[in-house]
Amino acid sequence: MKEKNSFKMEFPSKSVNEAFARSAAACFTAQLDPTLDELGDIKTAVSEAVTNCIVHAYPDSLGKICLKARIFPDNTVEIKIKDWGRGIDDVAKAREPMYTTGGDERSGMGFTIMESFTDTLKVVSKPGKGTLVTMRRKIAVKE
Amino acid sequence: MKIITDISGGRMTVRLIGELDHHGARQTMLEIIDRIDMNLPRTLVLDMSGLTFMDSSGIAVVLKSYKSMKELGGRMLVANVPKQAMKVLDASGVQRIITISALHE
Ligand SMILES: Nc1ncnc2c1ncn2[C@@H]1O[C@H](COP(=O)(O)OP(=O)(O)OP(=O)(O)O)[C@@H](O)[C@H]1O
Ligand SMILES: [Mg+2]
Repeated sequence: MKEKNSFKMEFPSKSVNEAFARSAAACFTAQLDPTLDELGDIKTAVSEAVTNCIVHAYPDSLGKICLKARIFPDNTVEIKIKDWGRGIDDVAKAREPMYTTGGDERSGMGFTIMESFTDTLKVVSKPGKGTLVTMRRKIAVKE
Repeated sequence: MKIITDISGGRMTVRLIGELDHHGARQTMLEIIDRIDMNLPRTLVLDMSGLTFMDSSGIAVVLKSYKSMKELGGRMLVANVPKQAMKVLDASGVQRIITISALHE
């Protein structure tokens, strides 16, 4: 399917950018005429993925995060969030609810939330190289 | 994130205002723990009516507050949760151990 529109942004892994990234993704999605609930879902999923880059990919340094979004003719928005950080050894395990390496400041629910707030979630990771999270969500067409 | 505390009898209400994400979570947690230690309430109410956004970082704040109230032998309620934050709490399953009520919007 050919994309109708796209954008790309890059920012350092500073926590102040979490709000910026989720708002940017929501603003871009706004052209599909989403409901407030649909926008809330997009914001939440993006916030989880970006926070993971900041907390887990680059635990004690600043690194680069790239967010790309595309819109397809069937009203689907696709969002890709990429880091070049430490990567995940076992993705299947990391995606399980309550699995965390983050201690008591994390609940291990990020991937579970991304999954339940989007239609598809793909996670590709290489230890020592980085992680790419791809999410797709179809925005309902309004009358 | 901003928090406003209100105390009456043994009940302390902490109102969370703004967006609760990883960026603000640690400071928010420190402030809540600090107010629990200072006031030693029997009941803690986390009032979420002023939250405009919450993600999984908020789940950890709820769980940690719950733990420190349990250590005191007190109880904790989460009240007036807006729709978006409720969806996040629902996904996490914390409803099984903590009493949570929605905001009537
Ligand atoms: N971008 C990433 N780079 C490296 N490791 C990651 C990344 N994203 C996730 N992980 C690993 O996967 C685990 C699960 O992630 P998930 O988002 O589900 O939970 P969490 O971040 O630990 O807790 P929560 O999201 O509830 O605050 C993390 O604890 C971490 O070990
Ligand atoms: Mg996470």
